[in-house]
Amino acid sequence: MIAKTLHKIIDSDIGYSFLKSKIAIISAIVFLIILFCSIFAELVSPYDPFNPLNVSLMDAFTPPVWSEGGNINFLLGTDQQGRDMLSTMIYGSRISLIVGFASILFAMILGVFLGVTSGYLGGRYEIIVMRFTDVQLTIPSILMALLVDGIARGFISKSLHDDMAIYVLIFAIGISEWPQFARVTRAATLVEKNKEYISASKIIGLSNIVIMFKHILPNILRPVLVIATIGLALAIITESTLSFLGVGVPPTTPSLGTLIRFGNNFLFSGEWWITFFPAIFLVVLALSINLLGDWMRDTLNPKLKTR
Amino acid sequence: MSFLEVSNLDIKYLTRKETIEASKDVTFTLERGEILGIVGESGSGKSTVANAIINLIDKPGKITNGSIRLDDIECCQNENIIQTIRGKKIGFVFQDPQTSLNPLFRIKDQLVETIQTHLKLSTEEAIRRSVNLLREVGIENPEKRINEYPHQFSGGMRQRVVIALAISCEPDLIIADEPTTALDVSIQFQILKLLKDLTVQRNLGVIIITHDMGVIAETTDKVVVMRYGKIVEQGKTLNILTNPQSNECKSLVMSVPPTNKKIDRFKLISPEGKEISENSTNLTNNIIKNWGARESSNEQLLKFENITKIFDEGSVILSSKKTDKLKALDDVSFNIFEGESFGLVGESGSGKSTIAKIITSLVKPTSGEVYFENISLHDPKNRKIKYKYRGQIQMIFQDPYSSLNPRFKVKDIIAEPIKFFQKNINSNEIQSNVYDLIDIVGMTRQSLDRYPHEFSGGQRQRISIARALATRPRLLICDEPTSALDVSIQAQVLNLLKDLQDELNLTILFISHDLPVIRQMCDRITVLKNGKVCEINETEKLFNNPTHEYTKELIHLMPKIESIL
Repeated sequence: MIAKTLHKIIDSDIGYSFLKSKIAIISAIVFLIILFCSIFAELVSPYDPFNPLNVSLMDAFTPPVWSEGGNINFLLGTDQQGRDMLSTMIYGSRISLIVGFASILFAMILGVFLGVTSGYLGGRYEIIVMRFTDVQLTIPSILMALLVDGIARGFISKSLHDDMAIYVLIFAIGISEWPQFARVTRAATLVEKNKEYISASKIIGLSNIVIMFKHILPNILRPVLVIATIGLALAIITESTLSFLGVGVPPTTPSLGTLIRFGNNFLFSGEWWITFFPAIFLVVLALSINLLGDWMRDTLNPKLKTR
Repeated sequence: MSFLEVSNLDIKYLTRKETIEASKDVTFTLERGEILGIVGESGSGKSTVANAIINLIDKPGKITNGSIRLDDIECCQNENIIQTIRGKKIGFVFQDPQTSLNPLFRIKDQLVETIQTHLKLSTEEAIRRSVNLLREVGIENPEKRINEYPHQFSGGMRQRVVIALAISCEPDLIIADEPTTALDVSIQFQILKLLKDLTVQRNLGVIIITHDMGVIAETTDKVVVMRYGKIVEQGKTLNILTNPQSNECKSLVMSVPPTNKKIDRFKLISPEGKEISENSTNLTNNIIKNWGARESSNEQLLKFENITKIFDEGSVILSSKKTDKLKALDDVSFNIFEGESFGLVGESGSGKSTIAKIITSLVKPTSGEVYFENISLHDPKNRKIKYKYRGQIQMIFQDPYSSLNPRFKVKDIIAEPIKFFQKNINSNEIQSNVYDLIDIVGMTRQSLDRYPHEFSGGQRQRISIARALATRPRLLICDEPTSALDVSIQAQVLNLLKDLQDELNLTILFISHDLPVIRQMCDRITVLKNGKVCEINETEKLFNNPTHEYTKELIHLMPKIESIL
């Protein structure tokens, strides 16, 4: 049964184009490795960097293993608190990915809902929603996220700041990404709703909600999937930027951006590895997702399709 | 030596999973002053052969064998020679005049560009020549119109411009790929006459590719019949149409709806040459038991009273001007009686589809009333009463490729309306209902687990019929149900509709632009023009003694397969 399904996937047009594209295969493998490591961080990483028992200030500023003074126990060196860089990065990527996935999911649900309803129902509702997205698109997403973050900080009591920070971050990134989804789904809905199968559903007497979410939605998921993938990379970068600016996740549970910020302080005093490795890690992660997204856009877009 | 000689032409499309032979051992000849028709069903390779002559085969297609000689010059796959010939010696007329002219260029620019590419003429001479060409293809006031853009021309006028482009460099050969398929009957007549006249006046060779046997009968001297990339028969048009030899050809000729008489059923021929007498009588028993027997009452079922519809898609915020409103329907009235099939016929823009949309409540009329069993469908007071009548009106659509949700399995498509109308039905009953429906439309039960894209156009139309019947409708609206289908498939679907009507006592509103089809299907016919009713009459009276001028013109102009006899 599994073999049969697997064969069906490989034999499909998408599976075929995937196996044809070296870039897609490589970036998928890289992404899956990072995803695997971050999910099973406890098993994969050499140390638990947040357990004080494992951390000794004596090991602080150990350079990578291949440079002078390197220690075989710390492959990529340690930071200013003596935490193993490799382990902190694996744990950090977990935070980055959680924030990325959650915020893009939030943006997707909000954007797709508004896009489908405004495209299908039309009228004043559509005009209002679309003007909202227009306004939203004029505000740079970092600025929007900073704004949300700032406002949220004003409402939440100081003691809860660190606990709530990650949720605020998810909300802030999500709210700055949804207009993309709303625009694309609205355009796709406008195409679908004039097709005859939608007329047939109306004549049967199905309600608008059933037509929108049972009939139209499955038919417009392809472009949504593409922008969700590209949006995921964007969300991870935005998260890192915010954390770098100090308004993201708290230093006690550092994400990749937080790690880069720490390392930045030591960049000119010779301890380059503290900022260099998280930065490279972030680039590889974002690049692999982006390349996957590019491949997906080319494959799933029927206009670019060649046999 | 003939003017055009195509011999042993093989064209293959190499795809990942299979190699499709779009043309296999195709051999034919054409003389000057002769019109050759290439006819076949969709996918038979007729367009591929035409494109091969001008070396315009899309990748991954490839000519693997054979030769094409024009005036004894081998031009098969020789891009250098073809470059000089294409446009100059061979003119091409495409199917859709809406897209074959560049909308950003004036007519003048397009003509002058083509002329100057092939003939060494100054711009002024080229313009003078263009004006003469436009006059020759029957465009009035060409000096003025040459400065206009394509969107300022109607469909038929645009096709004339395309023909003017095709003959602009005095070609010897014109290839017309479905030149009139996108046009109305009256314009089709003019374009075909123009092509015929040009053939004689300029001593051209013309190849017309079409699926319409009426066009073949009216215009061509010789015919090539293709199927699955092979020529199954070729010869003089008269011989082929009156005395077809191969089974494919017989099936093609017999499936064409005759224009001069009404027949009971279309005869169908299997690939082995046997007559198929497929009938779904015994299959409807279950359905009738389920629905309860219906008596044909001959009472009025639907009354369409003084309907006017103005499409006014003005801005929501700014109030639109009162001028420039398009009257899609203008004071249209008719009645439909229970059990009859009522035809609506008219050219594009006559408001046929708008009527279907108003009856199914997809759009609201601007004024007037629609009564279904004396209940007004658009009166807001009747919302609750109307609920009872939901599902009694169902519709079959024109385009089988967009009328089924591609993400639903066939069984879900058919089961959805059943579940919707019978809330407390259990899954066994749903299944038996779905089985009954798929049986009567003549498809296998295995097809229920597949997705729509795995079926051909005709099969999809059958699924569409099954879905429409799932709500137990009394009035079935068929909006051009066969215009996207091949003639033999069309005959099958029309037979099916006739059977279903007889067995289930359905009332059918049949909408079509195709007069022969309407004649075969309908008891009474309404002729529409620009949103106005011209004539309502019984079918035979209408065809034999049309009273309205427009009806007379339509009947006179429709291509008739019998015209050759």
